[in-house]
Amino acid sequence: MLEIRIHGRGGQGVVTAAELLSLAAFREGQYAQAFPSFGSERMGAPVTSFCRLDAEPIRLREPIDRPDVIVIQDPTLLASHDVLAGLSTDGWLLVNSSRGFAELGLADWVAQFRPGRARCVPASELARQHLGRPLPNAALLGGLAGLTGAVGIDSITSAIRERFAGAVGERNSAAATAAFTLSRTEPVPC
Amino acid sequence: MLKQLECSRAIAETIARCRPQVVCAYPITPQTHIVEALSELVRDGSLSPCEYINVESETSALSVALGASATGARAYTATASQGALHMAEVIYNVAGLGLPVVMTLGNRAVGAPINIWNDHSDAMALKDAGWIQLFARDAQESLDLHVLAFRLAEELSVPVMVCVDGFVLTHSVEPLDVPSQEAVDRFLPPYQPVQVLDPADPVSIGAMVGPEAFTEVRYLAHHKQLQVLTRLPELAAELAQLIGRPSGALLHPYRLDGAETIVVAMGSVTGAAGLAIGAVALCAFRPFPLAALAEALADARRVVVIERNLAPGLGGALASNVRMALRGRAIPVHTVIAGLGGRPVTRAALRPVFESAARDALDDLVFLDLDNAAIDRELARSGERRRSGPAAENLLRDARRPR
Amino acid sequence: MSQTVRFYQTATFTVGNRLLDPARRTVQASAERANAITSGHRACQGCGEALGARYVLDAAMRATGGDLVAVNATGCLEVFTTPSPQTAWQLPWLHSLFGNAAAVATGVAAALRVQGKRTRVIAQGGDGGTTDIGFGCLSGMFERNDDVLYVCYDNEGYMNTGVQRSSATPPAARTATTPVIGPEGGNVFGTGKSLPLIAMAHRLPYVATATVADLHDLEAKVTRAMTVHGARYLHVLVPCPLGWGHPTDETIQMSRLAIECGVFPVFEAVNGEVERATPIRRRQPIEAYLRPQKRFAHLFAGDAVDPRVARLQALADDNIRRFGIGGPP
Repeated sequence: MLEIRIHGRGGQGVVTAAELLSLAAFREGQYAQAFPSFGSERMGAPVTSFCRLDAEPIRLREPIDRPDVIVIQDPTLLASHDVLAGLSTDGWLLVNSSRGFAELGLADWVAQFRPGRARCVPASELARQHLGRPLPNAALLGGLAGLTGAVGIDSITSAIRERFAGAVGERNSAAATAAFTLSRTEPVPC
Repeated sequence: MLKQLECSRAIAETIARCRPQVVCAYPITPQTHIVEALSELVRDGSLSPCEYINVESETSALSVALGASATGARAYTATASQGALHMAEVIYNVAGLGLPVVMTLGNRAVGAPINIWNDHSDAMALKDAGWIQLFARDAQESLDLHVLAFRLAEELSVPVMVCVDGFVLTHSVEPLDVPSQEAVDRFLPPYQPVQVLDPADPVSIGAMVGPEAFTEVRYLAHHKQLQVLTRLPELAAELAQLIGRPSGALLHPYRLDGAETIVVAMGSVTGAAGLAIGAVALCAFRPFPLAALAEALADARRVVVIERNLAPGLGGALASNVRMALRGRAIPVHTVIAGLGGRPVTRAALRPVFESAARDALDDLVFLDLDNAAIDRELARSGERRRSGPAAENLLRDARRPR
Repeated sequence: MSQTVRFYQTATFTVGNRLLDPARRTVQASAERANAITSGHRACQGCGEALGARYVLDAAMRATGGDLVAVNATGCLEVFTTPSPQTAWQLPWLHSLFGNAAAVATGVAAALRVQGKRTRVIAQGGDGGTTDIGFGCLSGMFERNDDVLYVCYDNEGYMNTGVQRSSATPPAARTATTPVIGPEGGNVFGTGKSLPLIAMAHRLPYVATATVADLHDLEAKVTRAMTVHGARYLHVLVPCPLGWGHPTDETIQMSRLAIECGVFPVFEAVNGEVERATPIRRRQPIEAYLRPQKRFAHLFAGDAVDPRVARLQALADDNIRRFGIGGPP
């Protein structure tokens, strides 16, 4: 089982990201479960969502305490919340940032990871470019596919298009693909 | 056919296939996605003919369903927690009037203190109102139980509450199979009311009944509930044939062979209990399947009840009911109060509890993951000064930070 | 040589206007204000309710010398001001349920009276808790003339649970339970109710409407309400950027547009009769109000403007006529 935890703020599509990831995995024949940490509607509040992927049906429904993958959609959360808790050094870390881990103050922490398993992706910038607004979730899913290989980028873009019709789906898929390419070709760490 | 769906959305689609004619909506977390999806399905014509009514309170929501049902329309609504308690008077009323309304309860804690997360206190508050209460153990079952519910309700003229753990199940996105329209149509014939408001054949519904007949009326309600004990398994088998998978039962046994310690629980928490231990996931809570449970627990040496609800001053409501099934057998029944107000029930926390039980070293009443230090501080605080402020607010200052 | 200089008051457009003599400045302009809702609460950026409640409570605190108790219904205001384990309230505050704030406030007022105390009581809730589920208790409080000022912060929907329709939701508006599907998407015409008019029908000593666009006016109404005893009702329009779909820095602008196009008449009523209604300074067509809000976007999505825009204009025109607030076009 692969356990993924996504952190961001209300309005950044954190919950949708987990759902799309689960949809992409489902399309590949995996069993996928996605759910958010729950709270009242509020823009800007810290939000966490979870996704489990497995070949077998998943019966576990606890919050993910020891994730294999952490995605940070909003790096401002790094300062005030323990968003990196439980990540094993065998895991993967993906952060939405155009700055590097050194600038984010995480260089030492990231050094304990296996090479190539921690990346920054400028998802908000890619989103601005492709969507016209800094909604980073689709791009981060592309980055996730590139970083971990947990799902294929084609499954990601298909899931995006299934959920969002027309131009919105196309633009988000483009952002995801761009991030995927970046995460495969850019040297690590960013 | 499996689709990756949010459970609430899938419940709405399942309800739509059951062809309700009147749907009432009043929003309350965590049921909102169900009624929102139904508003879309009515508007886009997928569910038609159907009157979708936005009401102004939960009392009205169930009252609208009541009136609709008494007039011959299949009626549905959904609520949770505070909303269920708001409509409590109507809940008793619907059952007493013998109206086959089906309602989803998105199980959520009842305040004060206000809490939007999952536990069973709302269902437990209404367990003796005369409704059939079914608890879904997982998201797929939450769909199938609604189909069973309409058939059961209309056959027996008893309303049915389908309990679905709030957030934990309602907001889970996973592969789900919404039963096909064809299968549902074959299972669920059009609503044939036992009593109906019809100018062609007028009846008066809602008489006052005094001591001379009240007991008999109530006995018949009890008698009706008992029929569920035979009908539910039969209908579940019939539905299973049509949808190609098992679904719904009085209870689901897991690994009971040779198990000395058996866990009894309801709802999604039974997944957490999926360890190498015998377990019973109770699906029907009302009527309470005394005989079936006694049989399932026949070889147990001890029972651990995981209870997602608290009866203050007693301990466990489910556990008390379980003990009734063990009449004549002197085996320990432990109550583990777990997951109140949405605190996650984890395997890690349960493991030592089960191990303790196996060594006969477990207390009768246990609160899982209780922060004893915070309790001690609050008791000390209120012991020092009479006017120490509200207990909940005081505790929040001391409580462990949530994960 | 001397000359007479006239200072033109910029009034509502300037909070803390230093050209005004101190006695006429707003409560918000004062460093001594109660700050009844202190900073650090968790409202969304641009929340109209947070703004409105701050204005109302600080004015009420000034008017009562801080001798005030607040009762709150469940909803956004309650949720974002009491994120455990903190509270933003700096006055005694009680939250019970969604629908009973008016009744609970009645109980608080009765207890104060029987103990010979002069502390005043304010009850507050959103439109969901006031016009819908709290309607019965509210009418009871009105009818008994209990000594409570009830303030409704109207953002025209159940926002805290995810933007569902309430009886305060305007016709044609998109909500999660009135989706934009089918030939007439959005909320249905011919539904909804005016709580201010209903309050007036109870012949209350004081009923008023206000918005967050006119601070002086809102504070004056709260202050006036506190000079009166008995059941009083204040209905405040508070835009919700999330639910209405407008930029978070346009909350006050949206309130102003609501006034200027006639959708939200601003008035005071005493014993069931309108005493004074604020004339519209600069009349706006309804489109100026609807277009900036995504909840009305579907009315402008087709080749032609949806005919319901004209019907909404007619409703606004009717308000203007009924309250006699027609200003220059």
